[in-house]
Amino acid sequence: MSTISTAEPEPAGFRQPRFERTRLLLRSPAFLCGMAILLFWVFCATVGQSYVDPLGDDILNALAPPSADHWFGTDQLGRDLFARVIAGARDILVVAPLATVLGVVLGTTLGLVMGFFPGPIDDIVSRVVEAVLALPLLIVALIALTALGTSNLTVIVAIGLSFTPLIARTVRAAVLTERNLDYVAAARLRGENALHIMFVEILPNVLPPIVVELTVRLGYAIFTVATLSFLGVGLQPPSSDWGLAISENYALIGGGYWWTVLFDALAIASLVIGVNLIADGVAGVAE
Amino acid sequence: MTREPPPADEIALRVENLDVAYRVRGRDRSVLRGLDLQIGRGETYGLVGESGCGKSTAAMAVMRYLPRNGRITAGRILIDGHDVTLMPDEALRRLRERSVSMVYQDPGRALNPSIRIGPQVAEVFTLVGASESEAQTRTLDVLRRVRITDPERVMERYPHQLSGGMQQRVVIAMALAVERKLIILDEPTTGLDATVEAEVLDLIEALRAEHSTSVLFIGHNLGVIARMCSRVGVLYAGRLVEEGPTREIFAEPRHPYTVGLLRCLPRRGTSRLDERLDTIPGFLPASPMAVSGCIFHPRCAMAQDICRQTEPPLIGLGGGRSSRCHFHADAPHLPRSTRPDPAVRSAVSEADAPLLRVEDLGKTFDSGGHPVHALRDISLHLRSGETLGLVGESGSGKTTLARILLGLIPPDSGSRLLLDAESLPPLPARRNLDAVQIVFQNPDSALNRAHTVRRIIGRALERLAKLRGRPMQERMLQLTHGVQLADRYLSAKPRQLSGGLKQRVAIARAFAGTPKLVVCDEPTSALDVSVQAAILNLLADLQAERHTSYLFISHDLGVVRYLSDRIAVLYLGRLMEVGPAERVFRGPHHPYTEALLSAVPGPDGTSRRVILKGEIPSAVRPPTGCAFHTRCPRRIGPICDTEEPPLSERDAGHAIRCHLATVEMRRETTGAAGVPV
Amino acid sequence: MLVFAGGQLLPGDVGRSILGPLADPRAVAVLDHQLGVDRPMLVQYWDWISHFVTGDMSTSYTYRSPVAPFVGTALVNSLKLGAVAFLIVVPLGIYGGVVAALNQDRWIDRAITLTSLSATVVPEFVSGIVLILTLGIGLRLFPITATPPPDAGFFTQLYYLILPSIPLVLVLFGYIARMARAGTVAALDSEYTRTAVLKGLPWRTVIWRHVLRNALLPTITVVASQTGYLIGGLVVVETLFHYQGIGGLIYSAARSHDFPMLEAGVLTVGLIYVVSTLAADLAYAMLNPRIRYGAGT
Repeated sequence: MSTISTAEPEPAGFRQPRFERTRLLLRSPAFLCGMAILLFWVFCATVGQSYVDPLGDDILNALAPPSADHWFGTDQLGRDLFARVIAGARDILVVAPLATVLGVVLGTTLGLVMGFFPGPIDDIVSRVVEAVLALPLLIVALIALTALGTSNLTVIVAIGLSFTPLIARTVRAAVLTERNLDYVAAARLRGENALHIMFVEILPNVLPPIVVELTVRLGYAIFTVATLSFLGVGLQPPSSDWGLAISENYALIGGGYWWTVLFDALAIASLVIGVNLIADGVAGVAE
Repeated sequence: MTREPPPADEIALRVENLDVAYRVRGRDRSVLRGLDLQIGRGETYGLVGESGCGKSTAAMAVMRYLPRNGRITAGRILIDGHDVTLMPDEALRRLRERSVSMVYQDPGRALNPSIRIGPQVAEVFTLVGASESEAQTRTLDVLRRVRITDPERVMERYPHQLSGGMQQRVVIAMALAVERKLIILDEPTTGLDATVEAEVLDLIEALRAEHSTSVLFIGHNLGVIARMCSRVGVLYAGRLVEEGPTREIFAEPRHPYTVGLLRCLPRRGTSRLDERLDTIPGFLPASPMAVSGCIFHPRCAMAQDICRQTEPPLIGLGGGRSSRCHFHADAPHLPRSTRPDPAVRSAVSEADAPLLRVEDLGKTFDSGGHPVHALRDISLHLRSGETLGLVGESGSGKTTLARILLGLIPPDSGSRLLLDAESLPPLPARRNLDAVQIVFQNPDSALNRAHTVRRIIGRALERLAKLRGRPMQERMLQLTHGVQLADRYLSAKPRQLSGGLKQRVAIARAFAGTPKLVVCDEPTSALDVSVQAAILNLLADLQAERHTSYLFISHDLGVVRYLSDRIAVLYLGRLMEVGPAERVFRGPHHPYTEALLSAVPGPDGTSRRVILKGEIPSAVRPPTGCAFHTRCPRRIGPICDTEEPPLSERDAGHAIRCHLATVEMRRETTGAAGVPV
Repeated sequence: MLVFAGGQLLPGDVGRSILGPLADPRAVAVLDHQLGVDRPMLVQYWDWISHFVTGDMSTSYTYRSPVAPFVGTALVNSLKLGAVAFLIVVPLGIYGGVVAALNQDRWIDRAITLTSLSATVVPEFVSGIVLILTLGIGLRLFPITATPPPDAGFFTQLYYLILPSIPLVLVLFGYIARMARAGTVAALDSEYTRTAVLKGLPWRTVIWRHVLRNALLPTITVVASQTGYLIGGLVVVETLFHYQGIGGLIYSAARSHDFPMLEAGVLTVGLIYVVSTLAADLAYAMLNPRIRYGAGT
């Protein structure tokens, strides 16, 4: 029935968007810089930490300032601080990502359900989410950890759960806009069920904000784990975690032992800034 | 060049050899190349072209307000003899303050949402040195001049509290507040309803004549351009391809692109049963710089070797006309790109039992505790293989009706929907889904942008045709060939496709099963005319082949006329008129239909003028009596305000809801003068 | 609009293991009974909340004395610290964001964006430690504790609060500056700004009259929602700088399982959050005509 020529030239802008995004990401200086920092600490946490001895004490050499032997000095027990800073990356790089993933998975599911079923479910969950958000996240985690007791697992669960409402809120907002698009109506006109529409039709389209949320939350998880460790309810001794180390040593700074906390502080700062540079790069590309 | 240049002091705007480029991903993309034009004092010059041809860029360049990545790379823009491209910032500001102003699309966004109308307009006066109280009175005055009936109250309002037509009048008021030498109108009525558009265009024309302001009018609607402009320039891919007096260009175009554009539009009074629309094959080039020779040659049926090698200059044709075509003399005889004979379809007889029957359909929404009757008491029928066109302005309930037919929203109880004499369940869960499908207005929203074309169509085949594996693949190829979609697009995602291709995917999806009824909800309103023509041809072909019925919703009466056998006119949820297409067009009309028809200017520039006054009433507080009486130019008397007229049959199958006698309707519409404004 | 009832905060379920997981169950039961925490939770909750409303916040487990005075003093201290931080950061953040937006993609924008990004993500105790090491111990510009000597005058108090407020300022600066920048960029790109420019208005008028008014509306809500973060930050900063505030109080109450104290502290924090959110909603509604008059015509 066709008489129109199908030999149409390529339309304007026919290209592969997927590679486009990766290319854009690899061109973002923020992303590359952040990735370099993150990979450095991942390297320390995996390969590096097996070459150093964070626990070996040398009480005679306690609180030695930085020197050729001990680049970052030693702590009260004479443990080498360079070794402890290198090894300190390990626990936080396990706990924070797991907490983030837990929060993102739960939050995404909750957000999809809330966005897709407006009405009573959404109303009730929204209220609960708002109630949880009314308390500072750190205080929620603090209380939960005092109540449940501290272990790596409870830290993961506490942070993951306290992230859930925040992520749910983001996902819900994205789903609400998607839900009104005609492709959802088209799916309903094919008789698709709610699960199919939520996970096969809508989810792929709300992935960009979720990925952004994932990277931003990872930064914030590191922030929170470090802070909780500093407050003594996060990672526990004998971990050489940075926040914990600062908490153990910051009473000493009045005595001029600045090296006992400075390097840990810089390590935390570099890691969170690195992760957030990645988040910034990803957010820029996702737009 | 044989343009007769007016004396220098009579030129309001002169653009010379203007090049504009946008920087995209580190590379310069040329948008306008070597644009030359001049507008004389008091002249209205139209710039037309399809999307992406650079017409808005030209406007923004004249105002020197290009996007951050845009840049004038060559040429001069002279307003009153001063070069805008070289102007220091302060001089530019004074130019905008006193000499040039601009009105563009979407007035809702052009007004500052957090400042009341009064101060927003008054600003223009205080800027040129008026005192506060003087600015106040002049604001009142200018609002009155743009025919705002209650300016004191409007001044106290915020922009979002006004209707679109009202907002655009305020924007025009600001643009004309201080007498200007030049005003630029960039699609000023796109997005407004037809009757409102007509009123705004009239207003612009009247104000322009009053001050003999020069106008640069930018638009894609050839009818609007024909009505407003004395001279016109046709842009294609950043190049001016033809220029001259509007009437002559539209009567006898001398560039193949202009010829193609005009042929894409359904001719007045023709339908798909009479002839197939012509189209412009191919696409706008992605990078115009890469096309050697004539910019239009890849899409031109007359292209010769010389066209591929040498770009023609703008050749003067005498009488102020020029064309950028080597073969301008032959352009009117451009061969068609589609064959002219219409698709053959088996006849639809008046006697056939209807496929779809809608009886006493109503839909009431709840708006903050108040019932809003989106649709009331609609009865319609549609035969197999027939198209019912549905016409009406925003708020008329067209889309609500479509959604009810699809089962996306349930109708009020008491409504009856029958398909093939069987009751159609109100929700899709209990339906034979295959039977009723839809082609949505906006393909960007209708296609899941995360899925490939193969997946979108494949899933529809699985669900609606119950096909899997090899038979499904084979059917998919059949289907995509049927909608003229090349195989290589199957693995593409929607964003990689042009608007027309996306709409083809959506049509393939609707036809995945064996639909009896396809609802087409403004399927071409987001497309350029050349693409629209191809889609309309496709819909007509598919209907002839499959004997499918269409409910075709559109605000474009020419398109509705072309595709429909019968037409229904909705106003505020009421069926005002229904009947065979040619009778609804020929009359006698309902006064509202009459106004709608007269609001559409054709490219030949002819139109009778029936101007509706006032705003479309809100559906929350519909008028008493006849829903149309508040704007009706033929109101008889109190009966219209109090008593709703019945939908009474005036001819075989042609019913009108009006108190007027048929003779009355006929008398006035056949009168040469039309209804005086 | 966000209307939010304080009663939805249910800190009553924070667990009852006051003596810790290792304690003898009988001892726990006895203590529970003494403290009345073996009653049904709703009863307890009602009892406690009704007392709270009248200003009676029950008795601390640790100090064996009424909670209210502790909470009161701590609240006042925290408000002082929070106020100093807010007074510094709100103007600074908005100014930074607007300046960045007006110089979009120039070096000053990049500098502000990068600074705010880095400042925001570094935990307060990290920046606090660095500040103590440098400004406090190294240069001796500021005292390293936030608690001024008794009877200190206004300026002395302020002087003592400056160093502790900086970590809070750093964290908040990024959020506020980002929001202000995003709002301003959106307003600058808007069509109403185009209209204003094409009217021929001077650039200053365009910015002050047309851009900023719309740009900073969303920032108001952000500033209010940051009180939550601020209070979280107080826990850390007050611990680090040995300051008797509500954050320090919650922290020590949590560590010592002093539930009445903890609950009182947490509820106070929740109330402050609710009040500030409400205030922000009201301010937003007052400044935004679309909400004031409801949508549509």
